Amino acid sequence: MATKQDVKVLGWSASPFVARVRIALNLKGIEYEFLNEDLGRKSDLLLKSNPVYKKVPVLIHGEKPVCESLLIVQYIDEVWAASGLPILPADAYDRAVARFWAAYIDDKLPNQAPVLLGEADEPTKAEATQHMFAALQQLEEVFEKCSEGKSFFGGNTIGYVDITLGSYLGWMKAMEKIAGIKLLDEEKIPQLVKWAERFCSSDAVKEVIPQVDQFVEFSKVLQAAFKAAASPSN
Amino acid sequence: MAVPEKGVKLLDFWMSPFGQRCRIALAEKEVEYEYKEEDLSKKSDLLLKSNPVHKKIPVLIHDGKSICESLIIVEYIDEVFPGKTNILPSDPYARSHARFWADFVDKKVYDCGSKLFKSKSEALEELNKEFICILKTLETELGEKKYFGDDAFGLVDIAFAPFTSWFYTFEALGLSVEKECPKLAAWGNRIMERESVAKSLHEPTKIYDLFCELRKKFVDA
Repeated sequence: MATKQDVKVLGWSASPFVARVRIALNLKGIEYEFLNEDLGRKSDLLLKSNPVYKKVPVLIHGEKPVCESLLIVQYIDEVWAASGLPILPADAYDRAVARFWAAYIDDKLPNQAPVLLGEADEPTKAEATQHMFAALQQLEEVFEKCSEGKSFFGGNTIGYVDITLGSYLGWMKAMEKIAGIKLLDEEKIPQLVKWAERFCSSDAVKEVIPQVDQFVEFSKVLQAAFKAAASPSN
Repeated sequence: MAVPEKGVKLLDFWMSPFGQRCRIALAEKEVEYEYKEEDLSKKSDLLLKSNPVHKKIPVLIHDGKSICESLIIVEYIDEVFPGKTNILPSDPYARSHARFWADFVDKKVYDCGSKLFKSKSEALEELNKEFICILKTLETELGEKKYFGDDAFGLVDIAFAPFTSWFYTFEALGLSVEKECPKLAAWGNRIMERESVAKSLHEPTKIYDLFCELRKKFVDA
């Protein structure tokens, strides 16, 4: 049985990628130590644990590092298969579909963040907003198909796609405030809006995603992080 | 309601490294399948219906259900078709390690490699340096192992294998993999001894010819 010392998460609280790892660990009932990274001055532990990308999140399980948020979620699901509920579906085809939509989400959403969480002119913001809408519209259809009338993409319980998309909800609410747009629009994506409420109020998620005001405070740090991410990796 | 067609079909394009990954995986598992070459300038209804989101190859169609994205297809093949070999190891940590490096190939090799192919001569030197860095990182991961999967040919080997036929073209652009990353070059020769790889990849000279043609058309024009 993993003890708190066995499992560490290197991260910072405004990152959706870090949120995924924490939500997955919460779903499995795994205790962990959260080590908050200062993005301006990365710790030796981070640089040693993720020498390739030097980024959070990193899960350290008994001294072994696992990197890349979605890979960490899959690792958590596999290593603690006997704890909590499964995160990925049991059927191989359903798993492939879940992985596909998770990859889609990561392909479409984060690119808009530097614009919608930062400073940009109106035409650039309008374009980024359009991209977000198009992706959310697509995901509204996906939700209808995947959930089969149940509460989450994963069915009755939070699954892989829920975690992947849900982790962005904090940023989306912050984008609404900072860019003055409405993304979680009940008229345009009614099912996703209800899903978002269910997701955010679940026990595994509640404490993980910061409040909107904290994101707005974080926005300057986020902007610096986006600029750093855009430059060639060292 | 129509009964879904049984069997395995792969919608692909001969030169695609992503398609080649799927071909290698299917061969490793000795799966019989129908190969369908797509004309990318005139995509078939089947492709557009099977991958409506990205409209791209490769797509694996298994008993009427379509699976998209090459590494997702490779994992699906591994999970569904037992075969004599496993593409991913059974240990969760080893699996996450394999997925990390396969993802690294996706994030870094294709992007930088195709930039190299498309670049004008002024940009070549800088891109060469960047690409060598990426290859050296892979070479460090390979180390002294026979394959990236250690003794077992696995996910990372399959992810990177198709790019070995690009090495000849890189040489023409001033980047010698043999010189800069001899272990990686040796691994490239070693994997060609596997039938699954040898029959899935094309002659490096064919890639080079296509590259020259495309370069004349788009870069030097």
